[in-house]
Amino acid sequence: MNTAPWFTRHPLLRILRSPGDVAQLSVPELEELICQARQERLGGHLWHVLEANSLLQSLHPVVRRQLWSGFLEAEYHRQRILWEADRIHWALRDLGLSIILLKGGAYAAANLDIAKGRFVRDLDVLLPKECLSAAEKTLIEAGWEHVVLDDYDQRYYRLWSHELPPLVHPDRRTELDLHHAIVPRSSYRRLDMLSLHASAIVIDTRGTKVLAPLDMTLHCAAHLFQTGEIRGGLRDLVDFAALVRQFSSQPAFQENLVPRALQLGLGRPLYYALRYATRLLNAGIPEPLMHASEAARPSPLVLAFMDFAIPQALLRSSAHNESWLVRFGHVSLYIRSHWLRMPPLPLAMHIARKSLRRWKFRESNA
Amino acid sequence: MMLGNLQPGEIVGELRAAGIRLRIGPFHINVRSEDALFASTFGLLYADFPLLATNEPAEFRIELDHPKGIRRWWRPQVRFLLDDSQPFEPFPKSHAMPLFEWGFNWCIYEHIHEFLIMHAAALEWGGRALIMPAPPGSGKSTLCAALTHSGWRLLSDEFALIRKPDSKIVPIPRPIGLKEHSIELIRGIAPSARFGPVFSDTRKGSVAHLKPPTDAVSGAEVVAAPAWLVFPRYEAGTRTTLQPLGKASAFVRASNNCFNYGALRKTGFTLLSAVIDECDCYELRFGDLNQALDQLKPLSENLRRVA
Repeated sequence: MNTAPWFTRHPLLRILRSPGDVAQLSVPELEELICQARQERLGGHLWHVLEANSLLQSLHPVVRRQLWSGFLEAEYHRQRILWEADRIHWALRDLGLSIILLKGGAYAAANLDIAKGRFVRDLDVLLPKECLSAAEKTLIEAGWEHVVLDDYDQRYYRLWSHELPPLVHPDRRTELDLHHAIVPRSSYRRLDMLSLHASAIVIDTRGTKVLAPLDMTLHCAAHLFQTGEIRGGLRDLVDFAALVRQFSSQPAFQENLVPRALQLGLGRPLYYALRYATRLLNAGIPEPLMHASEAARPSPLVLAFMDFAIPQALLRSSAHNESWLVRFGHVSLYIRSHWLRMPPLPLAMHIARKSLRRWKFRESNA
Repeated sequence: MMLGNLQPGEIVGELRAAGIRLRIGPFHINVRSEDALFASTFGLLYADFPLLATNEPAEFRIELDHPKGIRRWWRPQVRFLLDDSQPFEPFPKSHAMPLFEWGFNWCIYEHIHEFLIMHAAALEWGGRALIMPAPPGSGKSTLCAALTHSGWRLLSDEFALIRKPDSKIVPIPRPIGLKEHSIELIRGIAPSARFGPVFSDTRKGSVAHLKPPTDAVSGAEVVAAPAWLVFPRYEAGTRTTLQPLGKASAFVRASNNCFNYGALRKTGFTLLSAVIDECDCYELRFGDLNQALDQLKPLSENLRRVA
């Protein structure tokens, strides 16, 4: 009897867990692999992993070119993001700000292991809250523009989000998100942003910073389980596993991760990230770290729900039929992601408004 | 085995079931659709393309489906899906074929970096390739269709796929999408040409697809070395001229017509440099198709011997 959970048969997950299996995939599984890697923007990462394990030669040329194309795409965007960061530095040079790069931009700038072949679309920058409007004004004077958004979206961002409405420079079209916090408003009261700024690390001669390893890892977990929609977040989980793997060689990283998480109010997202990186990716998280994170374990009922819904949400797959139960899981996670962002009444109004607009948009395009 | 070896009923059945798996130029696709008009048009236009063997994976799983709910009856639509996601807005239901062509183009320029991809028509004569890069509306497809029916081998109407490391052009001889007056113009020049149905009121006006010649499709694995780079520009009423173009200027204009020149970085530069080095470069302004063909004729007649 086959007792392995359904997701261990998911081709992309299977190769992420154990790259050597790639030679054993059937033609339909290879097709699923291409499709899933493209969907999750993990083709470039997969190329890198297979190359590091000398597994590319065994691949069918069609599979190889798809992954190779994903890799080139990722490397190109990495270059664009670093150039955009350079331009931001230039534009904000007179404000004397501490500019902290977040997520993909940070991994690229700090040249972390995970950056190789990792797709990054937007540049995320963290600034002290009190500097945000000056920075926005300076960037707009230097040629950046708001991505066209209506008044409602502008207000929504400014009132409820932890980032400003996105900006782009028309010559380069790389989206720039200016953050003043790493989790949304309703959760950030507990989060001491000053201490994130204080422990950030300078990575180049111009003074570009990235979050300290502990905070960077926690931000990754928080981004997936506290701020995002989880659906489509497999890439974040892959990031998280890679960050833990790389930083675990540093002294005291493992011992301090859970205490830091609890201090910042991010114990729960860390718990989830460790749990699902282990379950889905076989991430090799050290046992003491898993054990320490139990301090932030949710109630058994919540955990049972998450154990069911999270793999479904992270692993979109056409081969896996969406039952009503799965759809219930998706909807619940969607509501949860908003719940963490806004109080109930504004949330209800926001969702109603968005749905109405989506409907109108569809009709006007009919 | 070619698509055309299947009975029409089989094509409809396969498209509805697991999909039809074809090799189109260097690409492997699987396409599904429940639409009967699409099945017959696809069966006609792609008749000469080879079906994939069971051990060959398809890299693009394309589906053309119809949104459910009220859309089933009210202004029915067709959606293009790649990997179960929908990259653009649906078309009216009867326009599945133009949507497929457009969507497949998108798959190539969005997801392929194995080649330097130029938005260009490409044709072959005596082993040498004529590349005509141009934005939409420049008469590129009309010219390409006319050349296809005057002795040139069709390499592609849409993309010059420039391969590593020798900068040769890899054919992808698909149906040629013609618009408005060009449809009648080409019917006039090439009475034997086979067309799919005319789709009126697409976002590009009336569109009909010209079936690629059987020889072009069966020669899809024979690459060609770039020899001529011609930038066509149709302007109604203008005098037809073929002017030599400086290599530097040709390089810049050609790079602006590449989808992934930036993504390929140094490789893109190297490949494009080789193309420019090998090619005689021209700008073709034309107000009349026959005059344009006359201007291009000396290219093939004065063909330099291939070493």
